Amino acid sequence: MKHLRTLGLSTALVAGMALPAAAETELTMYYPIAVGGALTEVVDGIVADFEAENPDIKVNAIYSGNYDDTRVRALSALNSGEPAQLAVMFSIDAYDLIEQDLILPFDDLTDDAAWLDSFYPALMANGKIEGKTWGIPFQRSTIVAYYNKDMFREAGLDPESPPSTWDEMIEMGKALTKDDTYGLMIPSTGYPYWMFQALAIQNGKEVMSDDGLTTAFDDQAVVDTLEFWKSLSAEHGIMPTGTVEWGTLRQAFLEGQTAMMWHSTGNLTAVKNNASFDFGVAELPANVRKGSPTGGGNFYVFKDTTPEEQAAALKLIQFMTAPEQAAEWSIATGYMGVSPAAYETDALKAYTQEFPPALVARNQLENAVAEFSTFETARVRDGLNNAIQSALTGAKEPAEALGEAQAAADRLLKAYR
Amino acid sequence: MSQHVNLERRRQAIYGWLLLSPAAVLLSLFAFYPSIATFISSLFSKNTRRKPSEFIGTENYADLFADPTFWIVVKNNLFYAAITIPVSIAIALAMALWANSKIPARGFVRTAYFTPTVLPMIAAANLWLFFYTPGLGVLDQIGSLFGLPSVNWLGQPETALWAIIIVTIWKEAGFFMIFYLAALQTIPEDLKEAADIEGCSRWTYTRRIVLPLLMPTTLFIMVNAMINSVKLIDHLFILTKGGPSDASKLILYYIWEMAFAFFDAPHAAAMTILVLAVLCIVAAIQFFYLDRRTHYQ
Repeated sequence: MKHLRTLGLSTALVAGMALPAAAETELTMYYPIAVGGALTEVVDGIVADFEAENPDIKVNAIYSGNYDDTRVRALSALNSGEPAQLAVMFSIDAYDLIEQDLILPFDDLTDDAAWLDSFYPALMANGKIEGKTWGIPFQRSTIVAYYNKDMFREAGLDPESPPSTWDEMIEMGKALTKDDTYGLMIPSTGYPYWMFQALAIQNGKEVMSDDGLTTAFDDQAVVDTLEFWKSLSAEHGIMPTGTVEWGTLRQAFLEGQTAMMWHSTGNLTAVKNNASFDFGVAELPANVRKGSPTGGGNFYVFKDTTPEEQAAALKLIQFMTAPEQAAEWSIATGYMGVSPAAYETDALKAYTQEFPPALVARNQLENAVAEFSTFETARVRDGLNNAIQSALTGAKEPAEALGEAQAAADRLLKAYR
Repeated sequence: MSQHVNLERRRQAIYGWLLLSPAAVLLSLFAFYPSIATFISSLFSKNTRRKPSEFIGTENYADLFADPTFWIVVKNNLFYAAITIPVSIAIALAMALWANSKIPARGFVRTAYFTPTVLPMIAAANLWLFFYTPGLGVLDQIGSLFGLPSVNWLGQPETALWAIIIVTIWKEAGFFMIFYLAALQTIPEDLKEAADIEGCSRWTYTRRIVLPLLMPTTLFIMVNAMINSVKLIDHLFILTKGGPSDASKLILYYIWEMAFAFFDAPHAAAMTILVLAVLCIVAAIQFFYLDRRTHYQ
């Protein structure tokens, strides 16, 4: 039926007639879900509320797998001429999307500066490029440390004071490591660069510049960071050797394989619903300073859209990121409420009162940095991921591996400088 | 008279073309046209905001040959093919011979062998992900009974590709077994009887009669296994994402990454063309050379 209608619409347009009854704008939105849970229902619910408020706009919200799948799906749709007006995609895809000339800056869609300023600045960082705003935060996270309070008690540690420095983390990790449990797991597959960024910022160094043109992989502080990560298993024995799998880590934590894990706050609700033990959530520990990169997905509006569609897309984005909906989304997932106002809503106030860990990711924002993103970001990132994995698996020395990644990044970014 | 013959011939020709046309249309649409379009796009540079796409000849291919990752991927894929193809064919044959003999619970054995094949790729990969997980995985649980240390199968470069190879063999052997079973059913009983009268052993009968008669099937399976060995991608997404540090990256995954993660369609197109070329050469060898040495009944 829907296809028939679009067919009718397009033939009508081809014939150059105006449709008398077409007061309706149809939007197609692709979105990913990178953490577990039945979250599509939540999105469908929010979209249904929006349609009830705006009867002249019809939204097809299409769930399309993880971030990579969603990007592929949205870009294929655009290439094959299927309609797609907006999508939630990786906040770090912004450079590439601009380079491909696929998205519009929000400054062209609205002059409502107050709205753009209503979000947490740390969450806007990845979307602000060349003086314009290209992405609006939707499902955003920082990395938080989940820890098993029961194991802390067993090891004679205070369950209310998780490690706040690297040294404490190693010390407690040793107390928590037993024959069949590790003290700590930091995932090194899937998004190794993300965890590495957290460690590097704690060691006082950001691994990329703000303009997406330079990386600092071979900086001494960064090399030391990788040495430190490797030492957690090689020297201190509190983490498994080799790589730690992103996809099964949550399960490993829930099964008591590890006393602490670093993971996206987007997993919070899933851990809360499935943990059979008393668990806590803490901000990541500091070495030189505190810090975590942000992560997750932003809304983007595609270039190839009519003014009516752009207006409708903007309306939808404003609705979905409004405090009430942001609060609902945050409660359902563990992702952050994207604006301070979201935490002022009754719903999120009540929730965070009864479940304080829901505030940890937000509190960490004041020390947060933008997630790793450069021009040619996927390829540069891939080089960094390989360097991290080579070092952790003992295939290469950290300094050598990072030196190679830096050389590759320089080769790729030269064209853009 | 001659006119009549001509008319007849023309009618035959029309018939012939009409019979060919469905296949010709489908093949052009889904095979020839995409291949040619891919080839053409592999001769142009990437289209970006700064630099519009332009004709650059074979530069994309030269880039690939200069790209160390490309060679790692090629090496991985050759190794993967060299292990998975013979092993899964051998296991399939052994299972088929066994499932075809007069054993109790024959139906159960066949079903058990065939089960991995009917599982969706992603589901199978997720199963194995938990088999391989250090500590809570089945493999480690079994290992710990014998006092073996926990092994991070997917998390170290030495074992990651082997882990993928095992999953592939597990999944493919049962599928190939079905073809062998079907072929075994077609071997006439009287050959067995004749062999018995001649007094030849079971081994001789298998080696001299059964295996040669199975050759056409083996050839068919080999072509399939070849194609599958460059087609593997779903398992990689779930199990290793090509890691750690490219140790388990195979060609199709790299093509996907090029096109959809790196936004670099021209290089992905060039790689696709290279894969097509290699597959064509291999298929030609198999059909023109091996075919001649195969016994058909």
